[in-house]
Amino acid sequence: MAAPPSGAESGRLGRYLVGAFFLAPALFMLGVWMVYPAVYTIVRSFFGPTGFFGHWVGFHNYKTLFTTSTLTTAIKNNAIWVAVVPAMVTAVGLVFAVLTERIRWAVAFKTAIFLPMAISAFATGVTWRIMYQQDPGLGAVNALGKTISGVFSPAGVLSSAFPSTPTLQTTSSGALVLKTPVMPGGVTKLGLTGIAPDAVPKGAVQAVLPASKPGDVVGVVWRDFKPGGGKAGVVEKGELGLPGVTVELRSAAGKVVQSTKSAANGTFDFTKVSSGTYHAAIGAQTFAKPFGGFAWLGPNLIVPSLLIAYIWIWAGFAMVVIGAGLAAMPRDVLEAARTDGGTEWQVFRRVTVPLLAPVLSVVFVTMIINVLKVFDIVYALAPESEYAKANVIALAMYFTAFQGAGNFGIGSAIAVFLFLLVVPVLALNIRRFKREV
Amino acid sequence: MASAVAVELPAPRDAVAARIVRAIARGPLNIVLAVLGVLWLVPTIGLFITSILPASADASKGWWQIFTKPSLATWGNYHALFHQSGLVQALKTTVYIAVGNTFLVVILGALAGYAFAWLDFPGRDWLFIGVIGLLVVPLQMALIPMFKLYDTFGLFDTWEGIALFHVAFGLPFAIFLLRNFFAGLPKDIMESARIDGANEIVIFLRLILPLGLPAIASLAIFQFLWTWNDLLVALTFGQNTTPITVWIAGQLREFGTSIDIIAPASFISLIVPLCVFLAFQRYFVQGLLAGSVK
Repeated sequence: MAAPPSGAESGRLGRYLVGAFFLAPALFMLGVWMVYPAVYTIVRSFFGPTGFFGHWVGFHNYKTLFTTSTLTTAIKNNAIWVAVVPAMVTAVGLVFAVLTERIRWAVAFKTAIFLPMAISAFATGVTWRIMYQQDPGLGAVNALGKTISGVFSPAGVLSSAFPSTPTLQTTSSGALVLKTPVMPGGVTKLGLTGIAPDAVPKGAVQAVLPASKPGDVVGVVWRDFKPGGGKAGVVEKGELGLPGVTVELRSAAGKVVQSTKSAANGTFDFTKVSSGTYHAAIGAQTFAKPFGGFAWLGPNLIVPSLLIAYIWIWAGFAMVVIGAGLAAMPRDVLEAARTDGGTEWQVFRRVTVPLLAPVLSVVFVTMIINVLKVFDIVYALAPESEYAKANVIALAMYFTAFQGAGNFGIGSAIAVFLFLLVVPVLALNIRRFKREV
Repeated sequence: MASAVAVELPAPRDAVAARIVRAIARGPLNIVLAVLGVLWLVPTIGLFITSILPASADASKGWWQIFTKPSLATWGNYHALFHQSGLVQALKTTVYIAVGNTFLVVILGALAGYAFAWLDFPGRDWLFIGVIGLLVVPLQMALIPMFKLYDTFGLFDTWEGIALFHVAFGLPFAIFLLRNFFAGLPKDIMESARIDGANEIVIFLRLILPLGLPAIASLAIFQFLWTWNDLLVALTFGQNTTPITVWIAGQLREFGTSIDIIAPASFISLIVPLCVFLAFQRYFVQGLLAGSVK
């Protein structure tokens, strides 16, 4: 203060002051909201649930973290996320990026794939919860499943029917076999009940008990029920035949000899049956249940469902970053590989992918970090009843610290654990920067 | 999009036959990609259609019923929503948080970014390494202490408290992005300005901010989307003052019966970031490419 500082000193002080002016606001925010809390949380993780003084518990909170089943489930689930999502997202992004280079409407395609990136993970959760509804009439995913399964294993004509008399017995395969044996010239009655009026096959008319024919086995399959009940095992007026039912004639050994479909009035006719004893039966396919939908949001599928929705969000990110890497790739190298006679696949495997390796690793590492911190989508997509099954570290931390028990000690330990998991990436970033300088 | 806008040169006029052969060869690829593109859009479209169907229709059949019965569509759900004061208030809170914190992040980030890029002071690189270290720190590390601190200082359950939290956690990325961009600006402009007697503040306002606009735009869009879409921070620090995500989360418990509220509210919450994204796609992608280390 007494003597004015020398030129060099004032320059140094001035530089400090100018630097401080520009940096102070940001450093204040980082100090108060990030550095101080980080230290606090680390210290807090060694104390009990209620406070600091006299509540030192050492590593007990960390022990709890690895021994409580809801928390170990969270860690296991996060491990699944890390194992599946970064690899899938990178692979899908790579495929999309390479393929879009060959179409003329690449901009439109990329926008469609990239769109979910703008939407919150929370809104995505809500969106997919609508998609995943179990009833194939409501949830689009199961509706698609029903359409596909309808092609390969169509639902039976009568999925809910059961026999009206005990003479008709269910076999292990789901078929119904009439216990009473029949010989050529015989008449069989296959009565079924438990069929709702709107489940009766279209075109059904009054059931008719056919007259016996020599050399044939005839019979009727009908809805053995009329308003008021009716008499079991008797074809009565007001009872409908069941058309389109697969009826089988089985030998005494149980082998299917003939098979036919019933007519509108429920009658069927096995012709030219050689002598012997047989059993009439209704084929199992008649009773095949329609596709009821997978419980995507149920305890068994909730984790894969979450992974699918998450990959849906991030594929666009990977595609764009990898696409930029592709665009920056030396074209002549690819051309040279092609002129040398490499097939597209060889060029992709031996040239494109190795050249893209740095970009791929950036995407991969970014996704690992994202996945470790995943929270919103689990919160929104998993029904509350499945939180225990769908649990991830970030969700467990929130619920442990701020809901229910409100345990800040274990909550802090979970946060520190999460932090430790990202430390390698932190070190990687710093090393990369030091190399640049 | 930086990469999407690949320059398409006019194709050389080669033989018609060759062109047809190529088109046929690419037919399957076009079809596969078209199917994938549509598949990627279906969930969002499904959400929108669900939001314009009356609750009774939503409960009985899937949203695709609209293709056979277009007359079902109605704005009734939206009308009802906007007359529920809760949603409008939540939307306002979201706007305050998203706009307010983006504004602050851009200013503080630009000031610090300039200092790290162009000012020479002792300890600069070490401080910057510290900032890089903070890039990946999970915000879970700050939830508990800030919860207590906010309680003490009356910031709990205020939009300012939520916004300030976002500012802090947005800053490492902001500083990182802007510092790198500013450092790439031509040095001689800055030096000639200094020789002309301009001080650092003038240089910052007159040169750095205008020249850095592309990076600032990227940052602003990123920060806006990130905070508009946030759930966890608002869930922790808000109680009655909550943004739209938390407001919807409060309805999730009755997912089946409140679908006529949840679907339109979710669509409202996503339409704003979607428009921002579509309008500024280029900047968004640039930011993504510059900083995909976060």
